[in-house]
Amino acid sequence: MAASGLLFIGFVLGHMYGNLKAFAGEETFNNYAEHLREFGEPILPHEGFLWIARVGLLAALVVHVTCAVILARRAGRARTVKYVVKKNTHSSFSSHWMRWGGATLLLFIVWHLLNFSFGKVNVSNGETGDPDKNPYRLMVDNFDVWWLTAIYLVAMVALALHLHHGTFSSAQTLGLTGTARARRNARAAGLVIAIVVAGGFSLVPIGVLAGIID
Amino acid sequence: MAGSTLHDGLTPLNSAPTQTSDDAHGYYVKGDKIVDTAAPTGPIADRWTTRRFENRLVNPANRRKLTVIIVGTGLAGAAAAATMGEAGYKVKSFCYQDSPRRAHSIAAQGGINAAKNYKEDGDSVFRLFYDTVKGGDYRSRESNVYRLAEVSTSIIDQCVAQGVPFARDYGGLLDNRSFGGVQVSRTFYARGQTGQQLLIGAYQAMERQVAAGTVESYTRHEMLELIVVDGVARGIIARDLVSGEIETHLADVVVLASGGYGNVFYLSTNAMNSNVTAAWRAHRKGAYMANPCYTQIHPTCIPVAGEYQSKLTLMSESLRNDGRIWVPKNREDCDKDPRDIPEEDRDYYLERIYPAFGNLVPRDIASRQAKNVCDEGRGVGPVVGDFRRGVYLDFADAIERLGEDAVREKYDNLFDMYERITGENPYQVPMRIYPAVHYVMGGLWVDYHLQSNIPGLFVTGEANFSDHGANRLGASALMQGLADGYFVLPNTIRDYLADGPFAPVDESHPAVVEARQDVEDRVQKLLSINGKRSADSFHKELGHIMWEYCGMERSEPGLRKAIDMIRELKAAFWSDLRVLGSAETINQSLEKAGRVADFIELGELMCIDALNRRESCGGHFRAESQTDDGEALRHDDEFAYVAAWEWGGEEGQPVLHKEDLIYTAVEMKQRSYK
Amino acid sequence: MKLTLKIWRQASPEAQGAIHTYDLDDVSEEMSFLEMLDVLNEQLNDAGEEPITFDHDCREGICGSCDLMIDGQAHGPEVTTSCQLHMRSFKDGQTITVEPWRSDAFPVLKDLSVDRSAFDRIIQAGGYISANTGSAPEANSVPAPREKAMRAFNVATCIGCGACVAACPNGSASLFLGAKITHLGELPQGQPERWSRVTAMVAQHDAEGFGGCTNIGECTAACPKEIPLDVISQLNKDYRMALKQGH
Ligand SMILES: Cc1cc2nc3c(=O)[nH]c(=O)nc-3n(C[C@H](O)[C@H](O)[C@H](O)COP(=O)(O)OP(=O)(O)OC[C@H]3O[C@@H](n4cnc5c(N)ncnc54)[C@H](O)[C@@H]3O)c2cc1C
Ligand code: HEM
Ligand code: SF4
Ligand code: FES
Repeated sequence: MAASGLLFIGFVLGHMYGNLKAFAGEETFNNYAEHLREFGEPILPHEGFLWIARVGLLAALVVHVTCAVILARRAGRARTVKYVVKKNTHSSFSSHWMRWGGATLLLFIVWHLLNFSFGKVNVSNGETGDPDKNPYRLMVDNFDVWWLTAIYLVAMVALALHLHHGTFSSAQTLGLTGTARARRNARAAGLVIAIVVAGGFSLVPIGVLAGIID
Repeated sequence: MAGSTLHDGLTPLNSAPTQTSDDAHGYYVKGDKIVDTAAPTGPIADRWTTRRFENRLVNPANRRKLTVIIVGTGLAGAAAAATMGEAGYKVKSFCYQDSPRRAHSIAAQGGINAAKNYKEDGDSVFRLFYDTVKGGDYRSRESNVYRLAEVSTSIIDQCVAQGVPFARDYGGLLDNRSFGGVQVSRTFYARGQTGQQLLIGAYQAMERQVAAGTVESYTRHEMLELIVVDGVARGIIARDLVSGEIETHLADVVVLASGGYGNVFYLSTNAMNSNVTAAWRAHRKGAYMANPCYTQIHPTCIPVAGEYQSKLTLMSESLRNDGRIWVPKNREDCDKDPRDIPEEDRDYYLERIYPAFGNLVPRDIASRQAKNVCDEGRGVGPVVGDFRRGVYLDFADAIERLGEDAVREKYDNLFDMYERITGENPYQVPMRIYPAVHYVMGGLWVDYHLQSNIPGLFVTGEANFSDHGANRLGASALMQGLADGYFVLPNTIRDYLADGPFAPVDESHPAVVEARQDVEDRVQKLLSINGKRSADSFHKELGHIMWEYCGMERSEPGLRKAIDMIRELKAAFWSDLRVLGSAETINQSLEKAGRVADFIELGELMCIDALNRRESCGGHFRAESQTDDGEALRHDDEFAYVAAWEWGGEEGQPVLHKEDLIYTAVEMKQRSYK
Repeated sequence: MKLTLKIWRQASPEAQGAIHTYDLDDVSEEMSFLEMLDVLNEQLNDAGEEPITFDHDCREGICGSCDLMIDGQAHGPEVTTSCQLHMRSFKDGQTITVEPWRSDAFPVLKDLSVDRSAFDRIIQAGGYISANTGSAPEANSVPAPREKAMRAFNVATCIGCGACVAACPNGSASLFLGAKITHLGELPQGQPERWSRVTAMVAQHDAEGFGGCTNIGECTAACPKEIPLDVISQLNKDYRMALKQGH
């Protein structure tokens, strides 16, 4: 779980970095997208790297979700009679929201892939077009639609929460937090990563809405 | 010891006592003298080695066929279960708690003594032996005490190997401190939780044997009767406290490690459910009860706060190293804020009466003087019952002298505990303390092999009377529990078991059926009295009587009065008790009622024993036996003996058997602290 | 002060339980929580209703017997055991709900009393150092670095009360388990069995039906002995090392 989670963290960091290229303009962004496809050539075939990454991420997702389901079911069986009154006093909201947040993310990921990778639906003008040539346009057109932006932003909140606890939790799971200080650092890292990643991702649609990107 | 010569243990140094007083006349029957037939002779230092060699061995192939019942999972019981299990015997272990790890030993704070002499400060096996005999006011059996001192060093080795995290110095070696007023540093400790760490070590060793299949652990089981077949202990009747089922457990040998009975006083530092039932049931089946009146009262406990008080909390004696004990000189000041009482109106009574030792006088003296000033009406704190029971333990001077930080570093956890319980901050307001019952030196009589007068019944730990005489040194109960459990019992019991396996006993044997029937009848009786009062209310009343008349200071008229009161209480108990619920589920009121019934009978015997012993000795003070300036006066000529009481039957009187104490390795001396 | 107590009553392991409401007057601030229950029980006995069953023994915060869920918090609002909680932590007129630990690995026996023998079985699986009586070397022959010995002691103070399980949203016993792994793993004497110990104990923990840890941290907040979360980190690390070494 921690390994797959950390892989995701790496992925979202990279992904966010790519997205931010939107601020550099249409050309840079599209070049970047193209570059991802050419990465590793000629050792790898065209889109080779992308497919390895896709398969890897998919496998990690399967592992991650399976572990999450197993953990949730174990927790369910561990306490079948609930408390009449139960207070959680010293834990973060994010730590309690991992399952709901994860499920939100899963839904979002499916939608997101349909939206940008496989379906490539451009809701604003209905055309599927040839976005391979111009992912920048697809993105800008989509974020011009308010509810698409809203879905995206909600998912980013879920992502922020998930990362806030997930970063700390994975450090703990890997046994890297043997001292009070290491624990504080891991928590701080969680906060930073959550803000940077979710914030970074959100800048793009906000940029579109604000007209900085068009 | 300076100036005294080392005795080799070959010639008696005192003659047998002859009692001339007979205060308990009319309350008891005189019985035969006992000689501990198992006690070895010869040079004191060789006795245990010789005996260990003389004791017969049990063929490893036979061990599996020998069933050993051990009642109790405190230090004495858990250590024995682990060791006997490792040796390959079939062990059945019982405790009333939900886990063996919760036995009362867990609560011991201060530490455990061992003659390791790591500090090179002149300690030795002989010195620990000498200190223990002297501390017990020459009322213990010297062979036993020497053996205890001798095996003490192995205990530390064993515990460290098990992973007990004792305090260590910067070099990673074990640290020691001085404890309970002795002049050498021989106490090993794990912060203020030594008992916990030692018990967890023994518990883990025992659980390892459970996993290995040699020990079967019966938790939430209470022994309610001893099975004696043809004069030999062959098993127990226990109640499964969850299902209520009465079970018969048969064995080749029975070991009681069921702890002390300080709760006869209702309020004590013992765990709430500590009780005398296991020992008392054995006593009623013929086992002698030795020196039942020997009780240790600890001076530094948190005072009673109200009528609802259920137990008392001990605070480490080390507090007396820096705290000054006082009460107001005038009664009118007792309810004032202590900080407003000027220096000249304070009575630092220990410093006044004992200028040489001051606040560091032994436990019994500190306790008795606290009681005296409170009886005079100069106690402090809330009025509970009729007067205030508390004296100040003031750290203002220490804080001024050493600084608050230094005091905090030393006593931090104790101060916190005090504040949690009382809601007062001892850095600002003087602490209040009062003596409380803490330990009983009395217990079932055992010989050198820890075997009672019933063959096949062995008794270890606080439940026996053996090693501490009339008073116990700090940090020596843990030592005794583990010595008995790890090293003594496994070596002595094998001599008994070498004759086994014994002819199997059938559950239908009349003695077994009768024991079982007795338990069932008793349970039914307790449930069917249908009176008005809870068992707890009787217990409280018994506690008041015991504390008032058989506590720190005893007198002939007081004890006679107490015996009458206890007899009335007993009658009231059996006619006005109310126990609700059934015997088929957990029923804590029922458990409690059974225990209180036994405490009441024990209380009477304690008073008779105290009445007979017309001397001030060890932990207790007899008003009729004091020096001109009011100090304790011992009577070796009359009372240098162990008083072993035999049950005289429901209507009869207890029978007193005396075991003379003859010393060959130390000379008896009177103590003096003035 | 006056209190309204809502207390879980259940006649036997199989019986259906329910919350019962009791009013109690004349509660003193100086009382401990359990003494308050004693007073209530005395009243119930007088009134002919069976007293409430709850586990307790030392009442000093060290034996680990007491185990009450007080107003949704294991051992109540302070960092201490139920027996060391005093009524000054509550307000006059307050309603207090008292429940047993809820964990399927700790079945309710009666009222507020649960069966925690699962903890004993976890210890049986490997929570010890194998050292037969009499086989021990001289105690000072193996020095233990002071820092490590202190850490071992700090986590060895676990009283096995089960509050960590009770408080954990996943019903995991990882704090209890981690405390024992860390205690024995920090000491030189604990090294020979270090890797076999952790796999065996984790397997038993899971077999008992405790949940898996997701590092939420309610356990350590409820723990009366303030066992820190880093024991779980240690547990995970040792477990990983053990798997690597083929245990
Ligand atoms: C607060 C406090 C602090 C102390 N501090 C120190 C100290 O610093 N140093 C020191 O040396 N000593 C100290 N002592 C004394 C010491 O702790 C005890 O004397 C010692 O632990 C007794 O151990 P034990 O094994 O004999 O019995 P216990 O630990 O009392 O165990 C008794 C066992 O018997 C079982 N049992 C009893 N009756 C029955 C029954 N009928 N059926 C089934 N099981 C039964 C119980 O379940 C329990 O397992 C202290 C005592 C107290 C109260
Ligand atoms: C971008 C996507 C995701 C990232 C970056 C991510 C990251 C992480 C990380 C780092 C952890 C901590 C792992 C550990 O402690 O061992 C974690 C835990 C968790 N994840 Fe995800 N995850 C993602 C998607 C998902 C999805 C789609 C689900 C769907 C079900 C999910 C459910 C969970 C759950 C329930 C946990 C809790 C377990 C724990 O805290 O240990 N996650 N995630
Ligand atoms: S870790 Fe803390 S909460 Fe858990 S059992 Fe130990 S002492 Fe209790
Ligand atoms: S009763 Fe022992 S810890 Fe609370």
